[in-house]
Formats: sequence, C-alpha cells, structure tokens
Amino acid sequence: MKYVSAFFAIAFGLLVLAGYFVPALEPLQALLISWAGILLAVASLIGVFNLITVHGEKIRSREKNSGYSSLLLVSLVLTFLLGLALGPSHPVMQGVVESVILPVEASLMAILSVTLLYAAIRLLRRRVDVMSVIFLLTVLAVLVWSLALPPYGELALFGNTLRPWLTQVLALGGARGILIGVALGALTTGLRVLLAFDRPYGGK
Amino acid sequence: MVELSVTLLSLILLLALTFLRRKSPPPTLRPIPALIRLYRAIGLSVEDGSRLHVSLGRGGLLSGRGGASLAGLAMLRYLTERTSASDKPPVATAGDPALAVLTQDTLKAGYEAANAEDLYQPTTGRLSGPTPFSFVAGAMPVVRDENVSANVLMGDFGPEIALVTEAAERSDVPTLGGTDDLPAQAVLYAAAQEPLIGEELFAAGAYLGAGPSHAASLTVQDILRWALILFLLGGAALKMLGVI
Repeated sequence: MKYVSAFFAIAFGLLVLAGYFVPALEPLQALLISWAGILLAVASLIGVFNLITVHGEKIRSREKNSGYSSLLLVSLVLTFLLGLALGPSHPVMQGVVESVILPVEASLMAILSVTLLYAAIRLLRRRVDVMSVIFLLTVLAVLVWSLALPPYGELALFGNTLRPWLTQVLALGGARGILIGVALGALTTGLRVLLAFDRPYGGK
Repeated sequence: MVELSVTLLSLILLLALTFLRRKSPPPTLRPIPALIRLYRAIGLSVEDGSRLHVSLGRGGLLSGRGGASLAGLAMLRYLTERTSASDKPPVATAGDPALAVLTQDTLKAGYEAANAEDLYQPTTGRLSGPTPFSFVAGAMPVVRDENVSANVLMGDFGPEIALVTEAAERSDVPTLGGTDDLPAQAVLYAAAQEPLIGEELFAAGAYLGAGPSHAASLTVQDILRWALILFLLGGAALKMLGVI
C-alpha cells in the first residue's frame, strides 16, 4: 500500500510540476489542482469532525476547562443549524459574523499588540546579546522617527534620510536575503517530498 | 527556462548527494542553539512523562506557503518516532484542514515506524481553527492544559503566533519557533526562547539526523546560494562596467 501511495504522489506531483514548464500539460495540471481543491473541501469537513471529536473527548473525560469545549460545540451546532436553515447570506448569519466573530478577532488583535510590546521588553531579560540590542534599537528608531514632534513636525534628517535608509536599504536587503534562503529551503523540501524521501502521506 | 534549469539542477544534485551520503558519516554543521535545545527537550519529554506540542501553522498545501508546512510535517514525523514510547504522546495542531489530515497521517506513520501503532490516538492531530486567530485560540489551551514540556512551532504563521508563545511563557514552557513569514519571524525572534531565522526552519531535519536526504538538501541549498551570490555580484560588476 505504501508503494502505491508513493507512486501516485510522485506521479501526480511530477505532472503538476511539469505543467509549469510544458504548456501542453497546463490543462492536465489545472484538472489535477481542481481535484485537489475538491479534496480540500472534504478535508474541511473532516476537520470539523476532528474538532468535534477532540472537544467531545475533553467533555467526556472532564478535562480542565472543558466548559469552553461545551460552549464551542453548542455554538458550532447552533451556527451550523442556523446556516442550513437560513443560508449564509441571511441577515441573522451576517449578524453572527459581525457581532460575534469580528469583535472577538479584533479583541485578540488588541491583546496581540500588548503581547508584542511585552515580548520586546522581555527580550532583553531573556537574551542579552548584540543582535537583541540591535533588534530593539532598530524597532525603537523606526517607531520614533515615524512620529511627528508637535512643534517641529517630522524631523527632516530622520524622516527623509535615516528612516528610508534603514527600512529601504538595510532592512529590505536583509529581508530579501532571508526570503531567498526560505525559497531555496522550500524548493529542496518540496523536491524531497516529490522524490518520496519525506512522505507526509504516510508509510514507514 | 531559468526556473526549469534551477529545478532540474536541484533535483539532480539532491538525488546524487543523497546517494553519496547514504554510507558517509553525518556532516559537520554549524551549531544552531535552538536545535541543540530541542534535542534535549525530546529526551526530557520521554523521561518526565510530559508531551511535546508541535504546531504546523496554517499554510495550505495548494498555496505558496506549503513548503514551510512540509518542513513542519517532516519535523513532526521525526519527533513522533522519537517520543512515541513516552507516556504522553506528542500533540500536533494545524490551522488548515488538509494540513490537519496530513498531521494525523504523519503521526500514525511515526508510530508505525517506531512499531508502536497501538499507542496512536487520532485526537492527537488536531485542526485547532481554520482562521488565523481561531487557530491560535485553539492552540493556546493545548500549551496551557495538556502537560506540555516543549513547544515546537514550525510552519506558516502570522504575527498572531505571539499569543501562543505568550501562553507558553506563562506556563513556563520553552518554545522553539521557525516560520517562512517575515513579520512572524520578527515576532518569534522577540517572543520565542529559541527562534529559527530564515532557512534554519528547513535545516532542522539535517541537524536532528532525519536522514541523508536532509543533509543533502542543505548542501544543495548552499550550492544554489553561492551560485546566486556569484550571479548577483557578476550582474552588479557588469552594470558598473556598463556592459548591461
């Protein structure tokens, strides 16, 4: 079985890859990707069942904070039933999104900003080295130089010269270097999967 | 044409170097402190009956972010094989449904490779949430409530991953984090105890001895990187000389 799954993964992987280079294979590539899209939709359904199983297990075994799991399952069932009965574009369903999901995500975003500030302060306690100091000084410099001082406005030297040099030369150069490294890493990782050295689809 | 040449060159180099490295001793690599500490955390998790939490992010496999997710899956496979005998099996969270399915499959394959199929529990591979914030909201309780001794965050994340590292910090759980997303890398640098920068995310397998193909892929990356550096310098020199 493991050889069969590896054979199909390699064969279809190579076909999709070849579709980027051989124009004649583009329709086949599009077809295979559309099949993958359908499988992804099925995976979403499996994901919801997985969510129900995990939280159902937490409630059954009375794990710590299992009350939240109950709340999640009740909300999931109610939203699902409402969605089935009214349709996703109904005002009630839109209300659920706008009055529950969006405010909750906005609150998490607000907590995130405080968390990031706290993490930056904690960095000097955790890792006192040259790179950490440069990191924090750069963050502070860009933040301060972006501010307009009330009596003077934005300072010309910082606003027009130093900040663009820091963000558009040093930071951008570094970011491009990191992205090239990430792209090369992603390429070799993809090739390892394509050659079945790594098999995320199972098998020993 | 350039893309095809680079891909074919990488493919041939990867095959050849993997074959050559099959019987040679492991290569000497520059130390990455985060991965040395991860190695220790694996041993600790087996000894003290705690578990590892591996989070693979929300990079869909049909998107350009799939590479980081595949690197995370390779790491999950390695960690599962090493810690499957522990009292508490590793738990993995993902923010993409297809990735969650692959997470379960990878966990199962890891148990099978360690001849411990009976210990596999399907609920250890989880979809924690399908949107960025629901994903972190689902991963935070895992860190807090499930006797986790180390957090391994490897995959595609956004800056919201700081909420997970904060939950780990509050539970006194060390976090190793690597991602392909630049803002999230900056966040992990500040928030995680052990950040992986840039392509270090893809090098983890070679450092943990996951096989000759991982070491070979590091060499391929180095060859391509030097070729790119020479290409960039050559281009700059030709521009300065007015040739192009």
